[in-house]
Amino acid sequence: MSTATLTPKRSSAPDSSSLTAGQLPGWTTWVVGLASLAVGFLAAWLLTSSFSIGLGVALAAVVFLVAMHIASLTVEGGRRAADRLAKHIVIGMFLLALLPLISVTVTAVGNGISRLDPGFFGNSMRNVVGAGGGAAHAIWGTLIITGIAMLISVPIGLLTAVYLAEYGQGKPLARSITFFVDVMTGIPSIVAGLFAYALFGVLFGIGTVNGFAGAVALSVLMIPVVVRSTEELLRIVPNELREASYALGVPKWKTIMRIVIPTAISGIVAGVILALARIIGETAPLMIAAGFTQSLNTNPGSGAMMTLPVFVYDQYARPGIPREPYWDRAWAGALTLILIVMLLNLVGRLIAKRFAPKTGR
Amino acid sequence: MSKRIEAKNVDIYYSKFKAVEDVNMTIEPRAVTAFIGPSGCGKTTFLRTLNRMHEVIPGAYVDGEITLDGENLYGNGVDPVNVRRKVGMVFQRPNPFPTMSIKENVLAGLRLNNKNASRTEQDEIAEKALRGANLWEEVKNRLDLPGSGLSGGQQQRLCIARAIAMAPEVLLMDEPCSALDPISTLAIEDLIQELKSKYTIVIVTHNMQQAARVSDTTAFFNIAGTGQPGKLIEMDTTEKIFSTPSVQATEDYITGRFG
Amino acid sequence: MSQQTQAPRDRGAHSDLIPSKPRVGDKVFTGLSTGSGIAILVILAAVAAFLLLRAFPALTASADDIAARGYTSNLPIEGFWGWVLPLAFGTIWAAIGALALAVPVSIGIALFISHYAPRRLAATLGYIIDLLAAVPSVVFGLWGFFVLAPALGPLHQWLTTYMGWFPLFSGQASGTGRTIFTASIVLAVMILPIITSLCREVFLQTPKLHEEASLALGATRWEMITMAVFPFARAGIVSAIMLGLGRALGETMAVAMILSGQNRISFEVLTAQNPNTIAANIALSFPEAYDLKINQLIASGLVLFIITLAVNMFARWIVSRRAAFSGAN
Repeated sequence: MSTATLTPKRSSAPDSSSLTAGQLPGWTTWVVGLASLAVGFLAAWLLTSSFSIGLGVALAAVVFLVAMHIASLTVEGGRRAADRLAKHIVIGMFLLALLPLISVTVTAVGNGISRLDPGFFGNSMRNVVGAGGGAAHAIWGTLIITGIAMLISVPIGLLTAVYLAEYGQGKPLARSITFFVDVMTGIPSIVAGLFAYALFGVLFGIGTVNGFAGAVALSVLMIPVVVRSTEELLRIVPNELREASYALGVPKWKTIMRIVIPTAISGIVAGVILALARIIGETAPLMIAAGFTQSLNTNPGSGAMMTLPVFVYDQYARPGIPREPYWDRAWAGALTLILIVMLLNLVGRLIAKRFAPKTGR
Repeated sequence: MSKRIEAKNVDIYYSKFKAVEDVNMTIEPRAVTAFIGPSGCGKTTFLRTLNRMHEVIPGAYVDGEITLDGENLYGNGVDPVNVRRKVGMVFQRPNPFPTMSIKENVLAGLRLNNKNASRTEQDEIAEKALRGANLWEEVKNRLDLPGSGLSGGQQQRLCIARAIAMAPEVLLMDEPCSALDPISTLAIEDLIQELKSKYTIVIVTHNMQQAARVSDTTAFFNIAGTGQPGKLIEMDTTEKIFSTPSVQATEDYITGRFG
Repeated sequence: MSQQTQAPRDRGAHSDLIPSKPRVGDKVFTGLSTGSGIAILVILAAVAAFLLLRAFPALTASADDIAARGYTSNLPIEGFWGWVLPLAFGTIWAAIGALALAVPVSIGIALFISHYAPRRLAATLGYIIDLLAAVPSVVFGLWGFFVLAPALGPLHQWLTTYMGWFPLFSGQASGTGRTIFTASIVLAVMILPIITSLCREVFLQTPKLHEEASLALGATRWEMITMAVFPFARAGIVSAIMLGLGRALGETMAVAMILSGQNRISFEVLTAQNPNTIAANIALSFPEAYDLKINQLIASGLVLFIITLAVNMFARWIVSRRAAFSGAN
C-alpha cells in the first residue's frame, strides 16, 4: 500500500500509511482549544464590555465544538466527525456537572468558614439578636432525632430484609412487602413529615410537634433504604455457608445470626451509614414534624426540637436586621451539614470496601 | 460411634417433580460407601436426604423411610437439626466460614449449638478434630488466622475437621475432591481411609477411579432420560461392581460407554 | 415441610432425634422478622390512612370555606381542586423542566464514565458525581438563592429580549432570577446523580459481544454506542428518567427557597409570576397554618403522594417489562 521506503522517516510516516491517513494530528485539539478560548473571551468582552468568565467559557465551548467539527468534517469525513463531536459533547457534559459541585463547595466554604467557631458549636440561639449565637441546639436536635430514627429503622429494616432474603422466597407476603418497600422509597420527604404530624396529632392532640414525631418522619424515609441495601447484601452471602451451618446441626435462626449476618455485616453497616447520610440532611419533614425553636431542647417527648437543616433554613428565611449575621450562621450550618454528610459517606464507603468479606477464592 | 443406615422405598420430590424413585439400600457402618452415576441421576439428592439437607430447597420432600440404626429420620416430631448433628456433611467446594479463624471454624458446630466446654476442652476437641483431618501439623501455629487463608485442599480438610468435631455417627461427602488438585485429592482419600475405622462414610463421586480406590461398597445410580426420576440400579461390593457387574448399564457406565 | 411418611412407627420412642423441648429460637426469630415485614405494610397503610383522615375536611369543605381562607388561584374552578390544580401543575412543570435539562447531561456523563473515561479513573469520576447527591437540599436552596439566581439574572434578560418569540421565554424577565427556570436548573443538578448512576449501570451491562461485533464491523465509538449501547439500554434509561422525575416532584426545600411562586398556571419560565409547587407550598405555608388550612395542605400532600406514586409505579413497570425480555432487544 505505502511506497516501500527503506528508511522510514518518522515525520513523514502518517501520510504514507493508509491506516493513519486522513486523520487530524493530535495537536489539533489543543490548538483549536486555545484559539476558541481566546475567541470566546474576546467575544464575551466585546458583547458585554466586561470580563465575564462564565460567558467567555460558554462561548469558547461553542466555538470549539463548531471549529473542531468543521475541521474534522473536512479532513476526516462525516463518520469520524460525528464520533469526535460526540466525544467532545460527552466530556463537556461531565465538566458541566462539575460546575455546580465546585460552586456549591466554594460558596459554602467561603461563606461558612467565618462562623465555624467554637461559639457556633457551644451556643444556642436563645435570646440572641444579631451576631453571636450558634447551632448547639440544632446539632443536639439532629443527633437526638437521627439517633431515634436509627433505633426505629435499623431493627425493622434489618429484620424485614432477613425475612425477604431468608424466609420469604416467593411467598405472596414477601412479594407484597417488596412492592410496598418500593412504594415507600418513592414517598416525598414532605409527605413523610405530614404523616408524622397527622399521626401525632391524632395520638397526642392536634398540633403536637416534638422530636419523636420528627424521628418517625425520618424513619419512614430511612426504613426502605435499609431494607433494600441489607436485602441485597444478604442475598450475595454464598448459600454454601448456610448449608455448611445447617449440616452442623445449627438451627436456622442461629445460622442467620451467627453466620449470614456476620459475613455481610460490613456491607450492612455501610448501608445504614449511607442511609443515615441521606436522612440527616432532610429539612422539610422536620420543619413540619419537629418544628422550630431557638433553645436547646434535649427531650424528644415534649416541645419543638431544632435540627441543623431546619436551623439553616430558619436563619436564611427569617433573618433579623442586619441580615448578615443570620445568613453567616445559615452558611456555617450548611457547611457543617455538608461536612457531616461527606464524612458519613466517606466512612460508609470505606467500611464497605475495607471490610468486605474475604470469601477466600 | 457409627451406625447403619437403611433406606426403604424412598422417593424424593421437588414439588411435583419426582427426582429419585424407589431406592432401597443398606449402608454398613465402619465402611465407605460410594455413589456413582451420570450427572443428574439423583445421587447427590439422595445423599442429601440422609441428613435432611434437601429440605433447604423449598418444595423438596421425601416419601418412604430412612432409618439410622432403626430410628426413623423422618418420623413424627423428628427435628432435622438433631438429625444433622448426628449425620455430618462435607460439600463439593470447601466452605469455611469467612468470618472465623481456623480454630473457630473447627469449633463452630459446638459453639453454635451451645455445647458448653471449658477452654482446655475446646482446645482438645479442636486438636483432635484437626489431627483427625490430617491438618494439625500444617496449621497448629496459626490457629487464630482466618480459615479462608488456607489452600483449597487445606480448606476442605478444615471442613472435614469441622464436621468430625461434632462427633457425628455418619459422615456424608458430596464430591469432596471435585474442586481440588490431585495432591490434595490424594490427601483427602488417605484421610477417608483413616476415618472409616470410626465413622460410616458415604461419598458421592464423579471419579470412578476414586470410587474404586476408597470405597468398600459402590452403588450405581442411573437415569432413563431427562425428566425421568433417577433410580438405584445396582449396589454391591466395590470389587464386584468394577469387575463383574450384574447389570449391563453398570458395565456400560464403568467401561466408559456413556456418561 | 416434608413429613410425608406413613404411620408414626417410631421404633425409638425416646429417640434423641426428637427434641425434648420445643425449639423456641427459630419460632421467635421467624416471628420477629415476619412481624417487621408486616410492620412495614402497617406503616404504609397508616401513612395513607392518616393523610386521608386529616385531608378529609379539606376535600369535603365548601368552596366558600376554602375561598374564605384566602386560597385562590387564576383558575375558574372553585374550591379545593381549583386551589390544588395550579400547584400540581407547578410541581409537574418544574420537574419536567428539570428533566429536560438533566437527562441529556446525565446520559452524557454516564457515557463518559462507562465508555470514554480511562477505566482506572471511572470509579473515581462516578464517586465525584455521587458527591452531588450528598449535598443536602437546604444547601442547594441557599446556593440557588445566593449564587445561581443572581448569576442567571442577565441570562433571563437576554432570553426574554432576543428569544421572546419562543412562548416559554416570553413576558417580562424577573429581576431577581428567582424563577421556575432557575428552580428547574437546581432540581436538575439534584436529580443528575441518580439518573447518571442508573444509566451508567445499564450502559455497563451492554453485552461486550454486541459492542465488539459493531467495532469489528469498523464502526467508530459513537456508532458502536448508537448501534449497541443505546438500543440495549433504552428501557433502563426510561426508568432512570422516571425515577429522577419522582425525585424532582417531591423535592421541597430547594424549590421553596429559590422560587417566589404564586398559585397560578403559567407556562412562562422567566417572569416574576411563577407557579408554585405542592411541596414548596406546604413547606412555606405550614408553619403559619391552622385548622382548615392544615387539612388543605395535608390534602395537597396526598395529591403529591399520588402523583409520585404513579410515576414510580410506571418506572417499576418499565423495569419489570425489561426484565421480561432482557438481553438484546
